[in-house]
Amino acid sequence: MPAPAPAPVTLLPQPLLKLTDVTIQYATDRQIVTAVQNVAFEVLRGDRFILLGPSGSGKSTLLKAIAGFIPPTRGTIALDGRAVARPGPDRIMVFQEFDQLLPWRTVRGNIVFPLRENGASRAAATERADDLLARVGLAKFADHYPHQLSGGMKQRVAIARALALEPRILLMDEPFAALDAMTRRRMQEELLRLWDDLGFTLLFVTHSIEEATLLGSRILILSPHPGRARGELNVPPYGGDHSVESRQSLERRIHGLLFDSADAPAPEHAAHA
Amino acid sequence: MPEQILRQHPLERPEYLRALEPSLPDIRLPVQSSRWHRLTGIAPVRQITLLLLLTAAWQIYGSMLDNPLILPSFAQTATAFWHGIVEGELLLRAWTSIELLLVGYAIAVVLSVALTLLAVSSRLGADLLTLLTSMFNPLPAIALLPLALLWFGLGEKSLLFVLVHSVTWPLALNTYAGFRGVGETLRMTGHSFGLRGLRFAFAILIPAAFPSILTGLKIGWAFAWRTLIAAELVFGVSSGSGGLGWYIYENRNQLETANVFAGLLMVILIGLAVESLIFRAVERATVRRWGMYK
Repeated sequence: MPAPAPAPVTLLPQPLLKLTDVTIQYATDRQIVTAVQNVAFEVLRGDRFILLGPSGSGKSTLLKAIAGFIPPTRGTIALDGRAVARPGPDRIMVFQEFDQLLPWRTVRGNIVFPLRENGASRAAATERADDLLARVGLAKFADHYPHQLSGGMKQRVAIARALALEPRILLMDEPFAALDAMTRRRMQEELLRLWDDLGFTLLFVTHSIEEATLLGSRILILSPHPGRARGELNVPPYGGDHSVESRQSLERRIHGLLFDSADAPAPEHAAHA
Repeated sequence: MPEQILRQHPLERPEYLRALEPSLPDIRLPVQSSRWHRLTGIAPVRQITLLLLLTAAWQIYGSMLDNPLILPSFAQTATAFWHGIVEGELLLRAWTSIELLLVGYAIAVVLSVALTLLAVSSRLGADLLTLLTSMFNPLPAIALLPLALLWFGLGEKSLLFVLVHSVTWPLALNTYAGFRGVGETLRMTGHSFGLRGLRFAFAILIPAAFPSILTGLKIGWAFAWRTLIAAELVFGVSSGSGGLGWYIYENRNQLETANVFAGLLMVILIGLAVESLIFRAVERATVRRWGMYK
């Protein structure tokens, strides 16, 4: 395929999130473990950016660093050009675990609470909560407590809560991994529909190649031990006629990048870099 | 026909599709409706039955023994209790004790919350709490009484001192254990909302640790009663009218054993009331409602 000339850098919009040579190391009692080594990438507004890699590739660690829970050992993480120093409501994380909802608040209360904490009036917060609950199909459950919901419903509430806060970037750490396959499939489609409706920026961690190609617009592939970037791939827009075939070939390519032992750069990337 | 398919391809079975049959209506199961079944299904009914049996045994043994100095029967105790209530003395004594108890309890709650907040916010605070609880928790409050007398003299202040001591450590220990048991996900969620410091403690840590805190409050309540009654037995006379412990002690000296029993009954009844009315209500409104208790 005729490769188009790489676009001049100056034409690209300012990145929303920019990681520069980020290295993250943990000190255990006996040694210093490198979880992430020299990873750099940029997320643009409206991206559905995927961090894809097997366990041990540091993708969750990266996400936590971006959220502000872990300071990088070296390198910088900047959101809108400002270095990330601590957690904050401009980067809301949706976790894999179902216990991220406050058990002592109702479904609506779980969304209203952080909005109120961040300065919204009670009326505005309630209205926003009800709007998002309707979008994720849980309007009827607004007055339930989290323990009365199924796992998929809890994740929907967590997503609704995250979106209600209108973060600059929505961080998701394998949010559907603990769901059964059918619920997971429905949640993935719902997430894409929400993205269509609301147009947020998504940074999504997964170890599933299929999930990456289904949800992502761009995929960063990470290799394990320590986590290093293997490359970034574009995903053809979903919904097109030939999307199934092109997705399958993309998945085969990713599979090759992740599991072929060759440390040589992938041929597709030889022209660039 | 089937044999032909089998020969062509032994494993391939024909596909089929069919319309869904209409679903069966939900059927209401008949409720177990014998009166006996329903009654024995209620825990309080079973407990009250047991209580009545024990009381009957007491009454029978007491009348057989026929020695009210050693063991007054239930009827004699009930009479003494009734008189104590009607004449007001028992109620007055109970109120004296409860008043003191509430003040001490409140001070201890504030103190232990402050200590645990200090413990979760700094390493030194955590060391301090661990050290203090392991030193003072095993120390019986009564053992501090002579010291309290020396410092605060005979009176309410001394009682308050031992009371606060007996409640603070178990409560702080439970609260701290509860705080440490709060899951990482919930903590990160709270921090993501921008909560820090005291806001974080009150909005996330305290409700999330509430089952442990509630256990601490219950244990603390029991310890407070024990300590107070025991301390009053020793020197309650000087603190104005004296509380329930002093009532018990006084009546023992006058060999009014039925009154001693009435005083003990009062302690038990207050304990039962607090457990079944106050703590149960708090539980229903919080941890049960939130699905934290199974």
